Amino acid sequence: MSRNVLERKSNMSEYRRGVKSGVPVCLGYLAVSFSLGLAARRAGLSVISASVSSLLLNASAGEYALFSVISESGSIVQAAVAELVANMRYFLMSCALSEKLDRNKTGIVHRLVMGLAVTDEMFSIGVMQAKALNPWFYFGMMSVAMPGWCVGTGLGVAVGNIIGSRLQSALGVSLYGMFIASVVPVSVNDKKVAAVVIVSAVLSMLMSLIPVFSGIPESVRVILLTVLIAAVAALVFPVKERTDEK
Amino acid sequence: MKNNVWIYILAAAAVTYFIRALPLTLLRKPVKSRFIRSFLYYVPYITLTVMTFPAIVFATQTPISGIAALVVGIAVAWLSGNLFAVAASSCAVVFLIELFL
Repeated sequence: MSRNVLERKSNMSEYRRGVKSGVPVCLGYLAVSFSLGLAARRAGLSVISASVSSLLLNASAGEYALFSVISESGSIVQAAVAELVANMRYFLMSCALSEKLDRNKTGIVHRLVMGLAVTDEMFSIGVMQAKALNPWFYFGMMSVAMPGWCVGTGLGVAVGNIIGSRLQSALGVSLYGMFIASVVPVSVNDKKVAAVVIVSAVLSMLMSLIPVFSGIPESVRVILLTVLIAAVAALVFPVKERTDEK
Repeated sequence: MKNNVWIYILAAAAVTYFIRALPLTLLRKPVKSRFIRSFLYYVPYITLTVMTFPAIVFATQTPISGIAALVVGIAVAWLSGNLFAVAASSCAVVFLIELFL
């Protein structure tokens, strides 16, 4: 019994920690989803349907794809395929998150709830935690970040371009800032990660510049390079044999 | 619009949820293969790098402020490692540069 109480306490403190980590994500989401709302408005969606899209999908590229299929009156199959392409990277992220989760604290329901919101930003924070990931930390992030995404989209539809393009441009990089904050500190301490990061940046740039590859959508480029580079890195720099602490 | 907009949204949401929930629910046992564990270890760094670069350069109104955001972001991440500090300083440098350009 007292163990249960203790565990509930530690889950609550993890939840609060997650809420704190979610605040900057929420702010970044408000700015980015605002411009997503503008796209939704152009596609003819209402405040409600755009907000619900954001609540259910939590995916910028995926939602842009959805709105453009809707505005072109495409087929439902087309919408499904567009999501598959735009969001396939989340499959890899979910694999990595699943491996990171604290198995003793994570039940099937926890996993089903987390599945709603494996986003680039929350994945990046979750997977970079020093210890095994407690699902309640993730729920904490979700409970502040998801409303930001949803409300921002709705606002974008409702009030159009109210914040200037300059402010939007500045706030837009905040999400990239989070990715940088996830990658750089580990690269400084782990030379293998540093090598992998540099190769990734160079290949990503080449793929976006060389004409043959530059037509490939960014979402597909992310999957291709991730699978390719991670496979090579796993062969060249395999991680240590499993230790008991994880 | 041919179809009801809600059907599009539900179809897209179903596909997206499936992609995310499948690995989370099926991959519940510790991965034994050293190759796959190594593969998954490197996935986040590669994915985040590819998503950031070169996209950050073209996310702002001019590439100059995008490059500045990247450089400042890396510098602050190197020195402090604090997520909020990195995000805020990247935003600030973009805002300042675009104020003067």
